[in-house]
Amino acid sequence: MSAAASAAAGDWLPAAEVTESGRPVLTAGEVERHLVAQADLEPEESPRLSPLRGRLLVLTSHRLILLHDATRSARAIPLAAVVHAYPPHRRHGNNPLRSIFSSSSSSSSSSSHHPRVRLQISLPPARSEVVAVVVTGKGDAADVFYGRLLEAVRARAWEMVAVSAAAATTAPGGGGSLGAQGAAPVVEDLAIRMPVVGVSGILRMEQEAWESAGQNLQDAFQDLNALMSKAKEMMELAEKMRQKLLTNSSAQSNSNDEEMGSKQDMQDWLLSVGIVSPVTKETAGALYHQQLSRQLADYIRTPLEKAGGMMALVDVYCLYNRARGTELISPEDLLQACSLWEKFDVPVMLRKFDSGVKVIQTKTHSDDEVFARISSLAQKEDALHKGISPSDAAFTLGIAPALAKEHLLNAESIGILCRDVSPDGLRFYINLFNEIDRQNIYLAKTHGIYHTWISVTPASSQ
Amino acid sequence: MQRMGDFRLPPFFNYPPYFTLQPVRETREKQVQLWKDLILDYCKSQKIYIVSLEEDFPLFSNPKIERSLSYEAKEVFLSALVNEGRAEWMDKGHKKCLILWMRIQDWANYILNFVKENGLEDNVMTVEEIRSGIETRGTELEGIDRGVLMRALKLLEQKGKAAIFKGTSADDEGVKFSA
Repeated sequence: MSAAASAAAGDWLPAAEVTESGRPVLTAGEVERHLVAQADLEPEESPRLSPLRGRLLVLTSHRLILLHDATRSARAIPLAAVVHAYPPHRRHGNNPLRSIFSSSSSSSSSSSHHPRVRLQISLPPARSEVVAVVVTGKGDAADVFYGRLLEAVRARAWEMVAVSAAAATTAPGGGGSLGAQGAAPVVEDLAIRMPVVGVSGILRMEQEAWESAGQNLQDAFQDLNALMSKAKEMMELAEKMRQKLLTNSSAQSNSNDEEMGSKQDMQDWLLSVGIVSPVTKETAGALYHQQLSRQLADYIRTPLEKAGGMMALVDVYCLYNRARGTELISPEDLLQACSLWEKFDVPVMLRKFDSGVKVIQTKTHSDDEVFARISSLAQKEDALHKGISPSDAAFTLGIAPALAKEHLLNAESIGILCRDVSPDGLRFYINLFNEIDRQNIYLAKTHGIYHTWISVTPASSQ
Repeated sequence: MQRMGDFRLPPFFNYPPYFTLQPVRETREKQVQLWKDLILDYCKSQKIYIVSLEEDFPLFSNPKIERSLSYEAKEVFLSALVNEGRAEWMDKGHKKCLILWMRIQDWANYILNFVKENGLEDNVMTVEEIRSGIETRGTELEGIDRGVLMRALKLLEQKGKAAIFKGTSADDEGVKFSA
């Protein structure tokens, strides 16, 4: 079996979606559990099925995904199909004779010394196969993987999705509060049905608590407990949020529509930013920064487009951590994740301004467009007269003041603007220096920006 | 049009960035150029020879837009004049600057012209007479800086167009022009 065949192989398994940055697309409520950097999948009983080699193994609560990084393609085994998982063992230890043969025949020699986790799976239609996951990593990687796999299989998270989806569709009218009714369709729109971590996860749990009338809060959080290993912190946080929502709902009766609307907005917004399955050190291990980097690239695109193609790193940090909810990352991790983008083919990049301010921008972002906007902003009558401050520019361009200042400084450096430092602070004016005729300083051309400036500036037209 | 005394100010005198030293090289070059021209024009029209950085100089501030030059900016603009030979620092600390709105060579030619036009060849004039005498009234020589005048005269002496001789006191120097 050649390498070329193995890259295209695996069509006997269902395909899995992959994002532009090379991360598996998770379904609603699906959470990443563990990653293995290098693994092969070998069918043990059916020689006509080709093995998958050199894959990134992503174990989620629902599936076992085998991701081929070079082609950005993936195949997946639904955990529901796993009938039994056998503890890892080394093939040559069991059958020395076969090991000798296989090493000489070169077919599966590379993986024969690595520990194998055998899985009995049932493939549609009603076919049983035994496949071996060959973990090529060092140390106890196979044991850890096996442990996580058993956990995931036993948790049967995929069944919970089905149950909760059914509950959401059958009992919409039975809910108690206005807030729950209004928010339920939103949840469905976003297809975040069973998030278990992140802000959206907390809110989701909150919604469930509202919807099931007889069920008390304690039970709801016990469910959460079963899903989460970090349940304690989560529960504290969820409790806090619940208290907040409770006080809100009691005040709802005498509050006006506008306030309710903004509350709804806030909730929609919180839901929209939630990352259902954040990459954590626990699940990704050595692949942490690489996977974090990919997830960040996927996540940041939408906020980045809304922000006009560029965001300050500080803002990204806040936004990303808020979306992650409880699994916060450190600034160093973020920076490392961003600097790894150079190695991957992702549509975003890290940029450092001369002043040291770091931003994230889309690769398609063009400075010229920003310059054109700044230039037209600086030529408005008011700006000709009084100049523009970074906060003026931030307001007009809809970006953070620190970022607006960088844009202004950039525009200054290419000669579009020039500065005015006064007790009022730093302001920028459209650059008139090049318009002024040295030979005739008293007369301006009858057209052009210098002429316009003179005509709108009361002090100089007198 | 805005005026400063009888001096007519250009419109860009009300342009606030004109009073802030521009950090970008190309913009600054243009700004420095405009300042050099304006300083020379102003000094010429007001017959100002010495600009002190530590004292108020009308051109260096614009109360109308509440802007004035920083010390650094003044030094940059005056240094630019010095580099061009249109000014000279009078001390090592760069606190006073002699503005040569006419170069020494031009002064020498001007004096020579003046002498010819007034038929003063072979006449003797004292230095004080040139600076404040009745003959030079209404010309550029009226109130000329003593140092500038002496250097112009010495240049003429080198060329054999004039002879400077000392009088009884140091203040009383005389000059004899020759055609």
